[in-house]
Amino acid sequence: MSRHLAQRLGQSLLVLLAAFTVAFALLQALPGDAVLIKFLDSTMGLTADQIAELRIAYGADAPLWQQYLHTLGNFLSGEFGYSIRAGVPVARLLAENIPPTLLLASLAFGVASLLAILLAVLSQLGFGWVRGFARSMPPFFVAVPVFWLGIMLIQVFSFQLGLVSVIAPEPWEELILPVLTLAVPISAPLAQVLIRNIDTVLNEPFVAVARAKGATHAWVLWRHVARNALPSTLTMAGVLFGELLGGAVVTETVFGLSGLGGLTQQAVANQDVAVLQAIVVLSAVAFVAISLAVDLLLPLLDPRLAVRPAGAA
Amino acid sequence: MSGANPVAGVVPVRLPPLGLTLAWAVVGLVLAWAVVPGLFAWQDPLQGIAGRQLEAPSLEHPLGTDGLGRDMLARVIHGARESLLGAFLAVSVGLVFGTTLGLLAGARGGIVDAAVMRLVDTLLAIPSLLLSLSVIILLGFGSINAAIAVGFVSVAHFARLSRSEVLRVRRAEYVEAAFGSGGRFLAVLWRHVLPNALTSVLALAALQFGSAILALSTLGFLGYGAPPPTPEWGLLIAEGRDFLATAWWLTCTPGVVVLAVVLSAERISRSLGARRT
Repeated sequence: MSRHLAQRLGQSLLVLLAAFTVAFALLQALPGDAVLIKFLDSTMGLTADQIAELRIAYGADAPLWQQYLHTLGNFLSGEFGYSIRAGVPVARLLAENIPPTLLLASLAFGVASLLAILLAVLSQLGFGWVRGFARSMPPFFVAVPVFWLGIMLIQVFSFQLGLVSVIAPEPWEELILPVLTLAVPISAPLAQVLIRNIDTVLNEPFVAVARAKGATHAWVLWRHVARNALPSTLTMAGVLFGELLGGAVVTETVFGLSGLGGLTQQAVANQDVAVLQAIVVLSAVAFVAISLAVDLLLPLLDPRLAVRPAGAA
Repeated sequence: MSGANPVAGVVPVRLPPLGLTLAWAVVGLVLAWAVVPGLFAWQDPLQGIAGRQLEAPSLEHPLGTDGLGRDMLARVIHGARESLLGAFLAVSVGLVFGTTLGLLAGARGGIVDAAVMRLVDTLLAIPSLLLSLSVIILLGFGSINAAIAVGFVSVAHFARLSRSEVLRVRRAEYVEAAFGSGGRFLAVLWRHVLPNALTSVLALAALQFGSAILALSTLGFLGYGAPPPTPEWGLLIAEGRDFLATAWWLTCTPGVVVLAVVLSAERISRSLGARRT
């Protein structure tokens, strides 16, 4: 087991290093560095010498491999550099913007889970059209453009029905529509996996045995289906995290919320490379950590997935 | 056994073939819009009519007019070319690079395989929107750059699928026989492995086509795609947002079109036998 763990950890670290390298290659190795873009602006009235000094101060004059090692060292010690645009440490920008996004994402995830469970339950009901409806919803949810959905929700709930105020809303009121917007695309893959799982498990021989022994439908659903659905839902956690983050970028832009999404959008618009690089690397760290945690957790939840000693399988 | 069991015996409900027909019809119609937009829209998508701004849908302007007095139907129809070309380019980038990587990894094995698969893991570890945005910072804004950025994201999916297909086909006896009877590596790859892996790769391509349209419209909405006044679906929605309170149809219709096309692509992909990766 410990050997498996070490192997898995090593693999994760390798992926992280590669993710950092990809981000560096895409963002920092580009010609015409961000320092030049900002300070060549003639209104700042800087001489060529001063610009050269600034470039040295930002480390933009060093050879690429030195910059790479330097940035890598900084990232490892938790230094994410300076935002060229805002002139403040990227770490501070992140500290300010991560909490609101985390709140939005976790609320959206909660609503998405409820929505997915609802669809999964509906997909098992007796009425044909309800079942068909519940099963056709996930592809529909995946295909909806998130930004458009947000705008339409504003249109319906704020402008038409006047239920949610857009002018000076309460903090909780401000979050209702963004959470709904983000929850819809997240619920789709969850519902899909749940429905597929329920269908498979209900056809398993052990369910037939349980029924033959007199188990009720509810008991089968709770004892067998729910227990079997959890592990395979967990395996999607990493992918869902990425979807949540990408969805948050769009949602926060549509609703004008501050957070990681707004920060990302501004970083791209201003070519603020250091900010985007930190966000990309951090999201890769989170993804890898989540995948690792799920991998280690799964055998505990489902003994069938436990790593067997060689030869036993 | 299935008869005695009311739940297990239920055949999973699928969309009727009607749905698939409808999906092909939607794709066909949008394709026709992209090829000969003049046949469907009589009005100029770029030139507005002064004094006719923000009109509600009418017989003359079935989808109304936008803030500059341009016919909305014409803009939606002409927008098909931008979106479909972009999605086509994106899928081509993913298909060519991804499949090549996957074929190489699956066929060569060993260190090549390990390297390619770690690269795939890495690309999948970064959320796709962030990866696209990184490519866009590198290349700059614009419709072609946005398409390349979206295609870059799908490289990993194509690589993973084609690798697993190659591994599956490689073990088949006729491939072993082809090698045994003196077939060269590339020739066998081309004649036996590729055609057998093609179906599922095509199904993935159809699925990715829909996702590409969705991703491109997102980038267009954020303002990183085609610059105005190009009619692009995401951009149309962004432009219509300013008039949400007075002219909601400006944002509503382009979104419905995107939704219909993406949904159709998914349906077609499913009928081709897509295996989720």
